[in-house]
Amino acid sequence: MAAADRPFDPHRDYPVSEKRPDLVRTATGRPLSEVTLDAVLAGEITPEELRITPEALERQAQVAAASGRPALVANFRRAAELTRVPDDRLLAMYEALRPRRSTAAQLEALAQELETVYQAPLCAAFVREAAAAYAARGLLLPEKPA
Amino acid sequence: MDPLAPAPAEGRPTARSGRFRSLDERPVNLDGFVHETPDLGFAAMRSPHDPPASLRIENGRVVELDGKARSEFDLIDRFIADHAIDLTVAEEAMAIPPVEFARRLVDPSVPADELRRLAAGITPARAAEILNELNVVELMMAAQKLRARRTPSNQAHVTNAKDEPALIAADAATATLAGFREVETTVAVASHAPVVALALLVGSQAVVGGALTQCSVEEATELKLGLRGLTTYAETVSNYGTEAVFLDGDDTPWSKAFLAAAYASRGLKLRFTSGAGVECLMGNSEGRSMLYLEARCLAMTRGTGVQGVQNGGIDGVAIAGAVPGGARELLAENVLAMLWGLEVASGNDTLFSESEIRRTARTMPQFLAGTDFICSGFGAIPRYDNMFGPSNWNADDLDDWLVLQRDHESDGGLTPFSEEALLAARDYAARAIRDVFDELGLPPIPEETVQAVVGAHGSRETPPQSGVVLTRAAAAILERGLTGLDVVRALAVRGYTDIAERVLEMLKQRLSGDYLQTAAILDREFHVLSAVNDRNDYAGPGTGYRVTGERRDQIAAIRQAVDPSRVPDIPLRWPAVSLQLEEVSEATAGGAPGEVVVAVGPAFGSELDRTLAGISHGRVLREVLAGLEEEGAPVRVVRVRHTSDVAFIAHTAARLSGSGIGIGIQSKGTTVIHQRALAPLSNLELFSVAPLMTPAHYRAIGRNAARYARGDHPEPVPLDHEGQGIESRYHTKAAIFHHVETQQISPNASPVILAVTLGALDGAGEEPALASVEARHGSR
Repeated sequence: MAAADRPFDPHRDYPVSEKRPDLVRTATGRPLSEVTLDAVLAGEITPEELRITPEALERQAQVAAASGRPALVANFRRAAELTRVPDDRLLAMYEALRPRRSTAAQLEALAQELETVYQAPLCAAFVREAAAAYAARGLLLPEKPA
Repeated sequence: MDPLAPAPAEGRPTARSGRFRSLDERPVNLDGFVHETPDLGFAAMRSPHDPPASLRIENGRVVELDGKARSEFDLIDRFIADHAIDLTVAEEAMAIPPVEFARRLVDPSVPADELRRLAAGITPARAAEILNELNVVELMMAAQKLRARRTPSNQAHVTNAKDEPALIAADAATATLAGFREVETTVAVASHAPVVALALLVGSQAVVGGALTQCSVEEATELKLGLRGLTTYAETVSNYGTEAVFLDGDDTPWSKAFLAAAYASRGLKLRFTSGAGVECLMGNSEGRSMLYLEARCLAMTRGTGVQGVQNGGIDGVAIAGAVPGGARELLAENVLAMLWGLEVASGNDTLFSESEIRRTARTMPQFLAGTDFICSGFGAIPRYDNMFGPSNWNADDLDDWLVLQRDHESDGGLTPFSEEALLAARDYAARAIRDVFDELGLPPIPEETVQAVVGAHGSRETPPQSGVVLTRAAAAILERGLTGLDVVRALAVRGYTDIAERVLEMLKQRLSGDYLQTAAILDREFHVLSAVNDRNDYAGPGTGYRVTGERRDQIAAIRQAVDPSRVPDIPLRWPAVSLQLEEVSEATAGGAPGEVVVAVGPAFGSELDRTLAGISHGRVLREVLAGLEEEGAPVRVVRVRHTSDVAFIAHTAARLSGSGIGIGIQSKGTTVIHQRALAPLSNLELFSVAPLMTPAHYRAIGRNAARYARGDHPEPVPLDHEGQGIESRYHTKAAIFHHVETQQISPNASPVILAVTLGALDGAGEEPALASVEARHGSR
C-alpha cells in the first residue's frame, strides 16, 4: 500500500515531514511540495499560510501518546484549539490569565469565548480550572460594581 | 578561630603566611561562599524545612501532597496535584523506597522508559529524597541513561554590545559552523529586538542549515517575533518553586501552561527555565532546599506539557555554587528533568566561577554524561559582548572545549573548523544581511562595517553603531509586518539562493510540527532528531551514543594537531653558528690526563640541526668548546652511534676521556656531564629540560666539565624553571626528535672522532640571557 493511501501511524510515521510528507499541508491546504522558492518569489505563498494546522498538531499529539508522553498530548491538543485564535487575541488571553488581571466573570467570559468562538473546549476548561485556583488563592480582581 | 591554631604569643604581630597570601590571590577566592543556612535558602540538596514525601489519593484526586492537605495547597501544589502526577502508577511508585529507586536510576539494566513510567507517580519531595541518595558519579550514570535524545548537542549565545546586525549574522554563521544546533540571542537595547532576530535568522542559515534560533526578550515581543517566522524557539519562560516568587514573576502555572500551548499553536518550540538559587536570590525560598524547590518547578513544567526545560543553575548558579553540594545539586536537577521525560538544556550557561579550574569542573559531569544541550548558552562571542552576562564557556574557550572533546572522546556537540572556513562564513553572512537590509529598505549597513565584522573577534573591533538607526530599523520591521518570507524573497532576489532555500526550509519545518517533540533539533540537512526518532538507548557498555567512525574523526581533527612523522619546525631563538662535522677515525680510550671528551648523538648536526630550545647545533658545540677552552682543558669531539640515550652517550664520552670526564649531548639538547667511575645512569650534572637551555648554559657546562677534569668541585650550573608546562608544550616535539635520533643508531658502530668546523656567529648581537646566567653562575 502506498504511503499516501494508508492512515497515519504515530509509531511509524515520525518525522512526518520525511515519512508522510503527503499529509503536511499549509494552512490553506497547499501540499508541502508546492511550497518552493519559485512559488514564494511568484508571490503565491503568504505568511499566514505558513502556519501549523490543527491537523498537524493532532498528529504530533498522537506521536507523543505513542512515545509515552501524555502531558505533551494535552498541550498539543490545547495548541490545536488555539490555532484558531488570532495572534492579538492570543496574547490578550495570556495576559488575562496572569495573576490579579481578571475578575471571575472575566475569566468565565474568556472560557465561553474559547468554547463558542474558537471551538476550544479544552482551553475553556483549562481557564475555568485556573479561575477556581485563583479564587482559592485570592488572585482574582474584585468584581466591578455594575 | 581555628581550634588547632596555637594562640598567638603576647605582643607578637599578626603574621601573614606567604602561602595563604598566594592562595588569597587565586581567582577562586573572588567567588562567594557561605555556610549552609537552610532558613535563608542557602541549602543545596536538603533542608530541615523540606517536607517529608507523602501522597494521598481519594476518589481519583490528590488530597495530600508532601505533607500538605488539599485545603492548604498553594497554586503550585494544586497544579502539580492535578497535572503532574500519574495517579495510575502513584501508589506503586511511592511504595518504592528512595534508595531502591535511586539504585534503579544507576543500574543500566533498568530501562529508562520503565523509570519514567514510575517517576510519573512520585511527588517533588520524593524526587528530592531519591536524588539525595546519589553521588556525582551515580548522577552521571543516571544522566547518561536518562537523557532524552541519543545524540548530545549544544546551544550558543550570539549577542553583541552594539546590537550590530552584521556582527550578529557573522557570529551566528560562526556558531553553526562550530556545530551549535540552537542559537540564542538577546539585545543590549530592548527596542532593537526585531533587527537582531532577523540578523540571527539570516546568519544562522548562511553556511549550514537547520539551527533553531531564539530572541530572548519580553514574552509578548518574543512570541510576536516567532509568529512572524523570525525565530523558531523560546526558552526564557521562567518557573519558580515557591508561590510568592512565582507571583513576583507575574505568572501562574496556568498562565505559563497557556503560553506553552500558545507557542505550540504557532509551531514554535518551547522550553521553560528554572533552576537552583533563584528563590533564594529573590528572597522567598521558604527555607527549602534548592533541589526540593527545583523538583516543584520541574513537576509543574512537566504538568504544563511543555517539552523541555533549561535548568541546572541559570540565573541563580552562583547561589548554588556558594553552598556545600552546589555542583552536585546542579547535576541532580538536570537528572530529575530527564527522569520526568523533559528535554534538558543543562545550564553551563551563566559564569559559575572566576576560577578556570572550578568553572571547568562544574561542566564536566554534563559534558561527560552528555545532555540534550550541554550548555544552555555557550557564549559563541567574547565575554564582553554577551548581553546575557558572561557564560561559563565563551568564544575564547572554544579550543579548550574542542580539546576536551578529543581528550575524553566525548561529544560536546562541537566540531573543529579552519580559519579559512570561519572567514568565508563570516564574510558571506555579513554580506547577506547587508544586502537583505538594502533589499528590504532598512537602513544601510556600510561596507566598512561588513569588512570589520569578518575579521573581528567582537564588537570592540567594529565601527560605532547608532542606536537611533537600529531602533528605526526595528520599528520598520514591525510596522511593515516583515516576516520570514520577506527575508526569503530578499535573499533570493539578491542572489543568495542557498540561504533563501534554507530559511524557507526553516519556515516549512513548522508546518509538520516535527520539531515540537521532546528534545528535537534539526541536523544540517534539516533531518529532525528527537526523543522519538533518536531515542536514547543507553543500556550499559556497548550501547547508546558512542563517539565512533566519522564523528570520532571530526572530533580528533583539531587544527593544532601535527603529523608526528615530520620533524617539527622549531625557530632558531639564538644567533646560529654553521657546523661541519667530518668523521675522522674510530675513537680510542686515553688521551691527555686533563682531557674532556664531548660526545654528540647519532643525528647531531646531520639529520637534526638544532635543539628544542632553538639553538643551532653549531652554536651548542661552539659554547661547550669555548667553556672548555676558557678553563684550558684539552678536548676531543666524538659521535656516538650505538645509542641515542643521553646517559650512555655521556658515559661513553667519559670512558674515552683521558680525565674520565665526558659531556654527552643529544640532538634535542639534553646534556649530561659524566664520570667514568659512575654507573651509566648516574651523572655529575644532568640538564634534562632541553627547552630551557640557553647558549650560556652550554658554555657553563664546558667550563664545569673542565674543572671536574682537573679535580675541582664546581657549583653545578643552575637552570631556572618558572613552572612552565615544559612537558605539555614540548613532549610531542621531544618524542619526534628522539625518534629521528634513534633511527640513526647503528648498534655495532663504535664512536668516531669528529673534525669540527664552526662558522662565525650569525648576526651576533646582545644576548642578555647569556650575561645573566654567567652572572648568576659566577655569584655562587
